[in-house]
Amino acid sequence: MSQSGTEVVRPREPGTEKDFKTSTGTRHVLDKIFTAIIFVATVIGLVVLAVLLIDIARRGLPALNWGFLTGLGSADAEDAGLLPPLVGSLMLLVIVVVVAVPLGIGAAVYLEEYASDNWLNRIIEINISNLAGVPSIIYGLLGLGVFVYVLGFGKSILSGGLILSLLILPVIIIATRESVRAVPNSVREGAYALGATQWETIRHHVLPMALPGALTGSILALSRAIGETAPLIAIGAVPYMTFVPTGLGSDITAIPIQIYNWVSQPGDEFQAIAAAGIVVLMAVLLAANAGAIWLRNRFQRRN
Amino acid sequence: MAVETKQDPTKSGSDLWKRESRARHFRERAVRVLLTVCAYISVLTTFGIVFVLFEEAARFFGEVSPVRFLTETQWTAGFSDDPSQAEYGIVVLAWATLLSTAIACAVALPLGLGAAIYLSEYASTGLRRWLKPALEVLAGVPTIVYGFFALTFVTPVLQATFFPNIGIFNIFAAGLVMGVMIIPTVASVSEDAIYAVPRGLREGGYALGATKREVATKIVVPAAISGIVASFVLGISRAVGETMIVAVAGGLTPQIASPLQPMQTMTAYIVQVTGGETPRGTIQYETIFAVGLSLFLMTLVLNMIAYWFVRRYREVY
Repeated sequence: MSQSGTEVVRPREPGTEKDFKTSTGTRHVLDKIFTAIIFVATVIGLVVLAVLLIDIARRGLPALNWGFLTGLGSADAEDAGLLPPLVGSLMLLVIVVVVAVPLGIGAAVYLEEYASDNWLNRIIEINISNLAGVPSIIYGLLGLGVFVYVLGFGKSILSGGLILSLLILPVIIIATRESVRAVPNSVREGAYALGATQWETIRHHVLPMALPGALTGSILALSRAIGETAPLIAIGAVPYMTFVPTGLGSDITAIPIQIYNWVSQPGDEFQAIAAAGIVVLMAVLLAANAGAIWLRNRFQRRN
Repeated sequence: MAVETKQDPTKSGSDLWKRESRARHFRERAVRVLLTVCAYISVLTTFGIVFVLFEEAARFFGEVSPVRFLTETQWTAGFSDDPSQAEYGIVVLAWATLLSTAIACAVALPLGLGAAIYLSEYASTGLRRWLKPALEVLAGVPTIVYGFFALTFVTPVLQATFFPNIGIFNIFAAGLVMGVMIIPTVASVSEDAIYAVPRGLREGGYALGATKREVATKIVVPAAISGIVASFVLGISRAVGETMIVAVAGGLTPQIASPLQPMQTMTAYIVQVTGGETPRGTIQYETIFAVGLSLFLMTLVLNMIAYWFVRRYREVY
């Protein structure tokens, strides 16, 4: 704001009618151009997405068959199958669900319902938003240094699952906090008025209301974990497996890692099965996201 | 939803109350401790990251001085196990990171801001309800898929059209695709900031005879500028840390060259070394932590700047 008090505001010479018309004319044309530009800016990403999906489907679908889905790993593109990585991804997912979801929801409930506004809790908050921005490859180095060597879990599915859990923890915490915050205070006060303790209030009233939002956020975070490649490579994943992983101590294999290893091989056959692997990965993620949207709609209808 | 109320009618009220009270009190404290531990895991994670990176990087800098790390102009870490025989100029890897980030930002910042303005100021509610989640899908596609797309589709298309001399692996295609991936990050944070601009400011603009474009570009965007800057900084941070796209499509050659040639970014170097068999304790193993530490510090500074800007616009409105 300028100091209008010190300026002498002179009325401008009144423009002729012609001046005024030209001005609005150009301005409206500029408006139309601007609208067109930002509309294109919005849809250009979607066009690229469509091209990507079509291109992948075109390359991948011919190589996708039952033998590919149930086959074991091989150095030969013709015999290579996706079963070990599929099982590996599933095992990683189970670990992440068991570790990250309860930890994330617990941390979010603490920060929203218990934590007082002091410097320590503010540090935790800043820390979580910062952790959400740490590159995933750095988490891989953390896993390599701590889980693989210091704690001695080795290059195992367990190390991989734990590092993916830490990776998506901030995402789950942030999503859950938002849905806990959205629970109206009158619900808590009603429970307290009936003599419920703080935990009883949270357990029976706040959590049930916040759960759909927390689950939606968690599913989106889990789908990120399914698609992660870099941290698992950093820990030490194997190029391919000729048997199905059996337990927490098995070598690390997962769909995205298998895709990476196929992409790294020369030859069109490997590119084709890499694309087929991507089709499977995208189908899994689509299912997960559809589940998240379904949950969100159910939640919105109820309120 | 119902509160459990199990009462034994044969017992007197006061008895029941006291016993319940003690049990409840204990449970309250136990739950509180448990939830606190959950929240502190995140702090532990940060400590773990800092500890691992500094510990291994310190060993590296014990053998290769930080001055060498910052001033040498070649990266030949893979050629020799003897630190005196190789060069460790981080600037080589940082150059590739900088170029890919710049290309990604040239795509993502204008498109993301444009999309944010369109979604918040122009799109009808019905259209917005479809466009916004569709745009978010871009952020959900795994980076390995983008890497495959850059390598097998974008690079050949560029080769057939504008750049016949482009390498099979190059930073340019990787950067372009990375930019598309980052659009939703920029768009959603910018849109939040634009959404927070009070309606009165817009109406003031219209009352003075401004057109819709003039209100959007001269009033709304300047008013939301700190949030928009935050979205840009977050986008840059995302690009700096992006790994799989550059590892698959950018190439594994550490060199300072033009974006049409293969180059290795900091993240791609870590992937390459950890992907091979590199025993712990070797100088090679230590280099990835020195590179990782540089990467961590870069993204940390960017994230803190973004956090500060986001807080600023939240305080204003």
